[in-house]
Amino acid sequence: MILALVIGALVTGAVYLLLQKDRLRVIIGFVLLSHAVNLLFFAAGGIDRRGEPLGSDPDPAVTADPLPQAFVLTAIVIAFAITIYLLVLAVTGSPDEDADAEDAPADPQGAPADAEDAPADDPRTPGRKETGR
Amino acid sequence: MTSTLLPLFVAVPLLAAGVAAFAGRRYRWPSVLLLVVLGALTAGSAALVAVTSGGAVFAAALGGWPGGVAIPFVADVFSALVMTVASGLTLVSCWFALVSGTGRHPLFAPLVLVLISGVNGALLTADLFNLFVFIEVMLLPSYGLLVLARKGTGTLRSVVGSRLYVTFNLFVSTVFLAGVALVYGTAGTVNLAELSAAAAESDLTAAAVAVCLFALAMKAAVVPVHGWLARAYPSTSPAVTAMFSALHTKVAIYAIYRIYAIVFEGDEQWLWIGVALFSATMVVGVLGAIGETRMRSILAFHMVSQIGYILLGVALFTPLGLAAGIFYLLHHMIVKSSLFLSAGAIETRYGTDVLSDLRNRVGREPVLTVVFGVAALSLAGLPPFSGFFAKLMLITGAVEAGQVAAAVIALVVSLITLMSMLKIFNAVFAPTVTGSFRREDRLVAETAPTSLRLVAPGAVLAAVTLALGLGAQGLFDLATVAAAGLIDTTDYVKAVLP
Repeated sequence: MILALVIGALVTGAVYLLLQKDRLRVIIGFVLLSHAVNLLFFAAGGIDRRGEPLGSDPDPAVTADPLPQAFVLTAIVIAFAITIYLLVLAVTGSPDEDADAEDAPADPQGAPADAEDAPADDPRTPGRKETGR
Repeated sequence: MTSTLLPLFVAVPLLAAGVAAFAGRRYRWPSVLLLVVLGALTAGSAALVAVTSGGAVFAAALGGWPGGVAIPFVADVFSALVMTVASGLTLVSCWFALVSGTGRHPLFAPLVLVLISGVNGALLTADLFNLFVFIEVMLLPSYGLLVLARKGTGTLRSVVGSRLYVTFNLFVSTVFLAGVALVYGTAGTVNLAELSAAAAESDLTAAAVAVCLFALAMKAAVVPVHGWLARAYPSTSPAVTAMFSALHTKVAIYAIYRIYAIVFEGDEQWLWIGVALFSATMVVGVLGAIGETRMRSILAFHMVSQIGYILLGVALFTPLGLAAGIFYLLHHMIVKSSLFLSAGAIETRYGTDVLSDLRNRVGREPVLTVVFGVAALSLAGLPPFSGFFAKLMLITGAVEAGQVAAAVIALVVSLITLMSMLKIFNAVFAPTVTGSFRREDRLVAETAPTSLRLVAPGAVLAAVTLALGLGAQGLFDLATVAAAGLIDTTDYVKAVLP
């Protein structure tokens, strides 16, 4: 039950942080989320048996399931690699640009090349002349 | 014999990637290595199609551990077909990347080689956690490829697109991982063969696998979770977009087909969710496409729409429906790559893919016009090309399965697809039809057309879609065998757990 509560708290925090504006907070949200899933794996292996699966002759009745431990070990390094890349991406690009920035205009001169025969199926066609062209 | 060779589809490209990473600043010999390995993978997968075309299933238990303990690599005709087309399209995209300049980066070859080994691993594995790992092996080099550019030529747009792509994919992978954890907690195994028919035995396992399926559906850009693809794919270089269009979402589609067939055994109880979601995907994707103003953005939204078509096959779950879905998957991978490569040729030559900028600027492009026209008509589903058979079979399958509404939607969406393809065609390839002749037009008309080296990769794929249209029977027979393997999974399970 405690494990379920902790996972729930971690997911709550993660979702809250993922919806924040700041890029660093989003990344911390992902760290919390991967923690939650790692704990979920431990819970999946059964929580009654607490003995470590080491030694020459482990007793299956008290030893923890080793397979989820291997899963978690793999998942940790994968999440670690992606987190590093996310951190690099967070400091790349222009500094004043927010995570929720609108699509940057593709081309500053992206105005229609030819306003006279703008396509008839373009709903913005009537407004073209008002843009000063 | 064949079984023991299966791990080579992952090992060879990984090894080659390691070798190619030593290239330093050179790109020539790694590029040669890249093309050779991709050619060998395509030939090897085609040979695999040949040996599995009778319905045989080959399985290798890695490390020689008994079935159920070892990680199994399984190949049947479905995985072999997808692997052949994926490797072949990666080869063609790399050819275009080298011609257009994107590929002339020393890191390009190693990244693509790791990417293709991840794709092959994800297609061959029969273990849910291993599937997650191989999807990550496929995604991590993709993150690099998204922003790959020579010094001083990177764009802010690709960084912004990359942020969205990485964030979204990390989220979806984590959800998938949570699903795998729940499967292990409820069923005690993550081996697909041992999970055979597990959904019927336990509702809890069914719910856990559903978490995995929903994560895969998000990865495949099913509506309502499609916005990431439409914004991230056009942000990178044209060659990389073409390559991704054939790999990432299609691996997710393959996994959805496989998992629903094995774990749920095509349980009819839940098919309505698929029919509803995938019909919505067809409609919303194509409506997004018609509203866009850039070539590659239009094509990215089309991809969303076509993913709805492909997945409708698994939501029908009849022999004809599945065969149609598999045929549609293979046809669509080829056609979409062809379209992205043609759009990429235009973008490389004229420097932009904004329709209003290209209007009346593109000169005489007879070859490119034909190539793009063929692929566009095939995408819309007109008779001589492979898209017609894919759509005809799918709609017949939908009507047979009693899903008349989905069939009607598929038909109507084709019309809108054709309309948005005409939007590109009018703006880019047929400027003199809508425009008046002025002095600038004559100047444009005198410039040289796009060089054939840029057009050739797209042209090859356009020829393939025509060949598949004229000789649809061959691929249809293979798709039927693949569909039979999904409906009756005993051979697959027996191969993994002897």
